[in-house]
Amino acid sequence: MAQGDSQHVDAARISQEFIKGIWRENPVFVMVLGMCPMMAVTNSAINAVAMGGATAFVLIGSSLLVSLLRHHIPKQVRISTYIIIIATFVTVADFSLKAMAPTIHKELGAFISLIVVNCLILGRQEAFASRHPTRLALADALGMAIGFALALLCLGATREILGSGSIFGAPLFGEHYEPWVIMILPPGGFLMLGVILLVFNWLGQRSAARRQAREALRAEGVIR
Amino acid sequence: MNENLFWIFISAMVINNFTLSYFLGLCPFFGVSGRLTTALRLGLATIFVMVITSLCASFLNTFILPYAPYLKLICFIVVIASTVQFVEMVIKKLSPALFRALGIFLPLITTNCAILALALFQTSREYSLVQGLVFALGAGSGFTLALVLMAGLREEGELSSVPAIVKGTAINMILAGLLSLAFMGFAGLFSSG
Repeated sequence: MAQGDSQHVDAARISQEFIKGIWRENPVFVMVLGMCPMMAVTNSAINAVAMGGATAFVLIGSSLLVSLLRHHIPKQVRISTYIIIIATFVTVADFSLKAMAPTIHKELGAFISLIVVNCLILGRQEAFASRHPTRLALADALGMAIGFALALLCLGATREILGSGSIFGAPLFGEHYEPWVIMILPPGGFLMLGVILLVFNWLGQRSAARRQAREALRAEGVIR
Repeated sequence: MNENLFWIFISAMVINNFTLSYFLGLCPFFGVSGRLTTALRLGLATIFVMVITSLCASFLNTFILPYAPYLKLICFIVVIASTVQFVEMVIKKLSPALFRALGIFLPLITTNCAILALALFQTSREYSLVQGLVFALGAGSGFTLALVLMAGLREEGELSSVPAIVKGTAINMILAGLLSLAFMGFAGLFSSG
């Protein structure tokens, strides 16, 4: 890494790193990282939001610190260093949530502590924050955190709507609705994520087919 | 007392299976379940790490953590990382072929949430040393069981004609969902006792 690389960082690059985490490299739907906390806490929308917020805090905080320290961390012990940095932020998040929202903290239980071993966070430190200047690392962490939180909310809201017939605890359908209890139980998490990934595959295939068709037309000179 | 230990074992293994009801350890669950033999061996390595972790966690809980509760996460994760490093060296020495087959997933046992969760659950349920060991054995066996079942299903799945659109992770998720549904059948096993 060249010295003074931060001068070459322009606004376009920052926004590109930010956007990619939300859609093109969405950590959950495209890269399938960080599944464990995701399915365990997404049986209601409010839990999903709390989990998304806590993960975002840890991801942004540790990306910032790792990126600032990237010239000082020895290569041989980098993974252990990242884990300790992450564990510190998770401890902070755990204690803060316990003080601010005890009911949610109780419901999420051990899963707040388990953010430490969320592969998404360690993966971003190793693959991005340790090699890029601070501003880019922050943009990347922010984008990934938003992408992760959106995916959590998407899964949590769908499961809550189908499984309890409500959203954020507010009933949606009236009392004749028979809830699909299976959706808030563990199998529902797997099935729902399977269905969402299926939709993503379908979208990907469709856009690939369209691109191919457009290129074929262009080759024939029909369009330019 | 013995009945209690048996209950802890069965509960951790099938009723509250770490992978299929608590969603712990999903990364290796989807990553290494391609082949039956590799899955079995990773499962055994995980059981070993879990037992060592459980021992260390009991030790930490007795002697260190009462004085510094805020160090809980950091202590546990450092212990797990060192154990994994140790297992990695042993496997590399004893069976280089297995070492290559497990690849990146061996060091990733460190970030297998099942192991950290084991230490945390053991702490919050206040298990004694022996109870903790039995719990670790049960949880490890449960993880191995889920991994092996999934690997068997996926090996079968490769031979059948799956629509192109669900190939890859999507079909694995749906398989796991069905497996998890099957495991829910164990839920009533001990309800009266």
